[in-house]
Amino acid sequence: MTTTAPSPATGAARTGPVLSVRDLTVSFAGPDDTVHAVDGVSYDLAPGEVLAVVGESGCGKSVTSMAVMGLLPPTARIGGSITLDGQELVGADERTWRPLRGRRLSMIFQEPMTSLNPVLTVGRQIAEVLIRHQKLSKKEARARAVELLDLVGIPAPDRRVDEYPHQLSGGMRQRVMIAIAVACDPAVLIADEPTTALDVTVQAGILDVLKNLRDRLGTAIVLITHDLGVVAETADRVLVMYAGRPVEQAPVDELFAAPSHPYTRGLLGAVLRPGSRTKDGRARLNEIPGLVPDLRSRPDACTFAPRCAFAEDDCRGGRPQLRTLAGGHRIACHHPVTPQPEEEVSA
Amino acid sequence: MTAAVDTAPVAPAAVAKPRGRASDAWRRLRRNKLALTGAVLGALFVLVAVFSTLLTPYDPAQPDFDHVLAAPSWTHWLGTDDLGRDQLSRVLVGVTASMQVGVLAVALAFVVAVPLGLLAGYYGKFADTVVSRLTDTMLAFPFLVLAVGLAAVLGPSLKNATIAIGISQIPAIVRITRAETLRLKHLDYVGAAVANGAGDGTILFRHILPNATSALIVQATVGIPSAIIGEAVLSFLGLGVQPPSPSLGVMLSSAQPFIANAPWMAVFPGLVIVLATLAFNLLGDGVRDILDPRGGSR
Amino acid sequence: MTTARKWLTSYPGRRLGQALLTMVLVSITVFAGVRAMPGDTAQAMAGEQTDPAVLAAIREEYGLNDNIAVQYWNYITHAVTGDFGTSARSGLPVLDSILDALPITLELAALALLLAIVLGIGAGVVAAVRRGKPEEWLANGIALLGMSVPTFWLGMLLVLAFAIAIPVFAASGFVPFGQDPVENLRRLILPAIVLGSGLAAVVMRQTRAAMLDALSSDYVRTARAKGLSRRAVIGSHALRNSLVTVITVLGLQLGQLISGAVVTEQVFVLPGFGKLTIDAVFTRDYAMVQGVVLFTSAAYILINLLVDLLYSVVDPRIRLGGSR
Repeated sequence: MTTTAPSPATGAARTGPVLSVRDLTVSFAGPDDTVHAVDGVSYDLAPGEVLAVVGESGCGKSVTSMAVMGLLPPTARIGGSITLDGQELVGADERTWRPLRGRRLSMIFQEPMTSLNPVLTVGRQIAEVLIRHQKLSKKEARARAVELLDLVGIPAPDRRVDEYPHQLSGGMRQRVMIAIAVACDPAVLIADEPTTALDVTVQAGILDVLKNLRDRLGTAIVLITHDLGVVAETADRVLVMYAGRPVEQAPVDELFAAPSHPYTRGLLGAVLRPGSRTKDGRARLNEIPGLVPDLRSRPDACTFAPRCAFAEDDCRGGRPQLRTLAGGHRIACHHPVTPQPEEEVSA
Repeated sequence: MTAAVDTAPVAPAAVAKPRGRASDAWRRLRRNKLALTGAVLGALFVLVAVFSTLLTPYDPAQPDFDHVLAAPSWTHWLGTDDLGRDQLSRVLVGVTASMQVGVLAVALAFVVAVPLGLLAGYYGKFADTVVSRLTDTMLAFPFLVLAVGLAAVLGPSLKNATIAIGISQIPAIVRITRAETLRLKHLDYVGAAVANGAGDGTILFRHILPNATSALIVQATVGIPSAIIGEAVLSFLGLGVQPPSPSLGVMLSSAQPFIANAPWMAVFPGLVIVLATLAFNLLGDGVRDILDPRGGSR
Repeated sequence: MTTARKWLTSYPGRRLGQALLTMVLVSITVFAGVRAMPGDTAQAMAGEQTDPAVLAAIREEYGLNDNIAVQYWNYITHAVTGDFGTSARSGLPVLDSILDALPITLELAALALLLAIVLGIGAGVVAAVRRGKPEEWLANGIALLGMSVPTFWLGMLLVLAFAIAIPVFAASGFVPFGQDPVENLRRLILPAIVLGSGLAAVVMRQTRAAMLDALSSDYVRTARAKGLSRRAVIGSHALRNSLVTVITVLGLQLGQLISGAVVTEQVFVLPGFGKLTIDAVFTRDYAMVQGVVLFTSAAYILINLLVDLLYSVVDPRIRLGGSR
């Protein structure tokens, strides 16, 4: 099972999406009010495809992926549908989730410094997942762990395998996390801001590893990021989220060439305007005035309207539905900035 | 090309009205039922300790050989001991002895330990080395061995038991004060005070000590119950309060030979010790939750 | 750097140096303390004797006329070879009495420690994993009670319940394990419960707090994301990390265990080390007091040293001396 590499990068040749999310909602009920963290997110992920999910902090990117991994706390209320290989996962119990996690579905996290167990060797932490899912012996698992470390570009893997996390740099630790995640050749890899905590020079290396794995193993990747440079370099398709709702979804070239949602334009404007760069070479979004809305209310309106330069009365009076434009471009906006001929309207 | 889009400020989520720190602490104490129970029980014990001589139904030292080892009854609520003395009266007076030891021992420990901790933490280097070695040496004597040694040197008495218990609590307080001082010394406002030409004394007693009080209050609520148990243990072993003066430990000690015939002699004084220490432990847990910057969530 | 110098500046080397320094300070304190006792040391050693010639002979024999520093040096050089002097009461070497009493206390302490570790860690893990459930309340309540109950009183209650009312265990006395293992345990179970209960309560609270921290950590999230079983997530990830804290607490509490043993032996009339200590104080057997206190402190320092070195086994960050 490990050696069979699924179809190459062009996963579109495969029959259907490997992961499908439909109208996903996640809310957390507090004592006084309810926070609607995710509200109506949908996407399909084909084998070998890289989908970037972008948006500001707190827009629901991470909560969406934790829902897909089944790792939300029991207090979360989850609605809609998540299907992996056609299997419905919303409402599934832990016994259904456990054999999927680490085998079909994997995740790497933003904090490589704390995401590895400090008292176990990296080899043991990789071997664990192989012993669990592939029933390898300890010896076989160790040998495979060395191969995996080599695969993710760690030099001298036969020595590193016996080291502890604190002996490795942040970039190395993230590579170990990737090795753990791809150990069982998963169908879907969710990478939640995998390079945010790392130096700019290290970031490129990590992204190369991810792209390389996609090409060699055909893994579909959900890349959560707020770094548009990473998106442009790595992704096939982009989903833009705002305040828990999806606002725009398009192939990466299409999105950069013709951003249609005012919010997306705001995000891109931050990149395109040279003067807005700070010393570390990052451009900061300070062009969009106003605050991210309170997630406790769930207005029947466009949540971006208070900050939008193009907003009109209908934006404040009705929630815009996602509709499909030409070229697989989907958008939830009453007044798209560069109007394109409409194909159909989906409710 | 790298761009970040992570700057929009999040909507102010129900910003709490600014409240005084003390009233905020009181509000959280009231919400924490267990801590409140501890506070009420603790206050009750303090009252009993102060007014015990007014509350005693009998003279706690007066033997009554007609009613020796009497079981609890309406005349003697908690029964009588081997000399016919009223147990309730003796328990009440015993609470005074216990609380006295608890408070005095902890006060003694604070008076000695806090300056040492400030010294070690603030001046560091040589002072730190000397103080740290000293506390290590003190920690090398288990509490009872220390108390036993002191009793051997000074002779057994309530005063010496208090001193022994107080000394045994010094190292922990030194360590906590030292750690707090080290932490606070590097904060900006202390640096600002130094830049403004404040003297060492001003910085230590106006800026550092007041901010270390939270940690010290928690330590006091831990110290008092352990001093109360310490008194009971020392008196039980004959190293503390000397009979015929009543103390909860002395009562338990004299109850031991009669455990089969007059179990009430052992049960009630012990229960009172448990209640007293439980009260302060509950209060201590509550105070820690309230003062913990991570919030009372755990 | 030579290997020897390298070792001396390494973590275990520095830690050993600290322990030795503390030991020297302790021995000076003990020695000075005994000399500070009220009354004439020679008179105390002579007991009822008041003949000046006898007192002079004692002074001569024990070197009491020498300079205090010389006396200390003589005492400590003898102590290092195991010669702690002779008991004024029994006339036997102090070391022999200590070695006779020690096995009883060690067995008692080992049983209590075992009990505290098994019950404390077990209950702590359950309380953390079943957070907010009745199990947590129960474990927290018992632990709080365990911390508030004086050990000797618990001992008296247990004697009342299980030796007098329902006589399944013996209330007092000691039978060597080699002589009759069943009778040995029958007599040591109650004392071990008494001695271990307070420690179990402290261990439980620390385990629970450490486990709660660990369970909300990133590496436990990673372990769950790997699809590991609940048992593996809790056991080899969360608990393994929590043990570092728990060992620290155990080390700090071992002094309590020694103190507790003194009291427990008094309640259950066990002829152990604690009883030897108390008897020595009450009979004003100075050589014995000095030997017993020094011996206990040395043992305590040694235990703490071992605990510190044990960390490095559990936590590789200390062992390898590096942290990033």
